[in-house]
Amino acid sequence: MVHKSSVPLYWRLQKSRYTLTGTKCHTCNTVYFPPKEFCPACRRKGDIREFRFSGRGKIISYTVIRVPPEGFEKYTPYTVAIIELDEGTRLSGQVVGNPESIDIGRKVSPVFRKFHEDGPAGLIQYGIKFELVAEETPLK
Amino acid sequence: MTIGIVGYGAYIPRHRISVEEIAKIWGENAENYKRGLMVSEKSVPDMDEDTITISTEAGRNALLRAGIDPAAIGAIYIGSESHPYAVKPSGTVVSEVLCLGNDIMVADFEFACKAGTAAMQCCYGMVKAGMIEYGMAIGADTSQGRPGDALEYTAAAGGAAFIIGRDPLATLDDTCSFTTDTSDFWRRNMEDYPKHGARFTGKPAYFKHVTSAARMLLERTGTKPGDYDYVVFHMPNGKFPANAAKMLGFSGQQLQQSLVVTRIGNCYSGSSPLGLSNVLDVAKPGQKIFMVSYGSGAGSDAFSFTVTDKILERRDLAPTTEHYISKKTNIDYGMYVKLRGKLKM
Ligand SMILES: [Zn+2]
Repeated sequence: MVHKSSVPLYWRLQKSRYTLTGTKCHTCNTVYFPPKEFCPACRRKGDIREFRFSGRGKIISYTVIRVPPEGFEKYTPYTVAIIELDEGTRLSGQVVGNPESIDIGRKVSPVFRKFHEDGPAGLIQYGIKFELVAEETPLK
Repeated sequence: MTIGIVGYGAYIPRHRISVEEIAKIWGENAENYKRGLMVSEKSVPDMDEDTITISTEAGRNALLRAGIDPAAIGAIYIGSESHPYAVKPSGTVVSEVLCLGNDIMVADFEFACKAGTAAMQCCYGMVKAGMIEYGMAIGADTSQGRPGDALEYTAAAGGAAFIIGRDPLATLDDTCSFTTDTSDFWRRNMEDYPKHGARFTGKPAYFKHVTSAARMLLERTGTKPGDYDYVVFHMPNGKFPANAAKMLGFSGQQLQQSLVVTRIGNCYSGSSPLGLSNVLDVAKPGQKIFMVSYGSGAGSDAFSFTVTDKILERRDLAPTTEHYISKKTNIDYGMYVKLRGKLKM
């Protein structure tokens, strides 16, 4: 049976998805996620090393998905957000929980969840999603 | 140096469904169930949560408390009856996510609801033998009851992880098991829901194994129920552990702190482990804990622990069990059906 998503590709991206591992250029202190192996700012002077993000950050913008891509039908409605990580880069990720409680500026922390299943017989893909930090309500 | 629990961690999904909400759907009397089971609501995993994600979160909390290099862990054993894959160990994913390194022994354990405590015994033996410095044992489940079955009121989700090694926050004084071939509850391969022998599950199964393992350990350690500050039993409901305590001579007060079942239901392989983590959250140095798990099929693992001074410096390094119990969102039966994947699309 052929799987919709590529098993080798999933495996290559696994470490960064599982642990939010990106890279950091120690010359200019810029962090990258997904990881870059070359610092576009410093070029040859760049000093790129592996860097693990805490996963804590805040929501910059978000969208509630009601018409999902194939394979995500049972999850709707769900929220995908642009998150600014505390360490200083942005990434897009799913925010778990009721979409109505999600708002711009809310702080998030990481949770480990299922991403996607290739049907009942296929591979289950896992990775980091985000959850609202409970105590704080955003100031408007 | 003594061997025991160097770090522990809990995780419970945040959704809850009440006994009333389930009883309403099936036209049953909720009060009868609540009184009979001594359970008010149960935890329900989100659609993207399973035994692997629950184990990962619990394991992460255990690492935070242990404060050790994750790569120093030489074995990870996850006990569950709801491993997401039939073939591919849950431990491979959890080990990778928690950065335990590749120099590690991994296997998934199965023994109904006592697979997690069997994993603790295994880690203890390997540390004692000098094969590994630390071992991580996890009991976690996302259990399902057939809609309308009595199990539906209690089958819940959650788990707890324990890192076994030297310099513990609770010494593992001794452990033993009592095992027979008793068919009180089973699930064949490829079946979604378990079958059970209804009334057969009490006396010849749960009570016989729990009390036999408990008496064996009391005799081996030369202790009596009064020597312990806390007692933890497997919690298929609130009534069974209360009766087991009474049969063995433990008081309701010794049992109270571990009885998480009344608010989150039966977390199967995570049940007695979550009772233990809730006790460790409050226990004082020098206090003694007696624990007996139960797994259908059937067997019980008994443990004696003594809390050390280390509990004071490690306890606050991760969220408590109570944090997860009280961080909850109640859902209705319709949402429950969606979350548990009982809808065919
Ligand atoms: Zn640079």
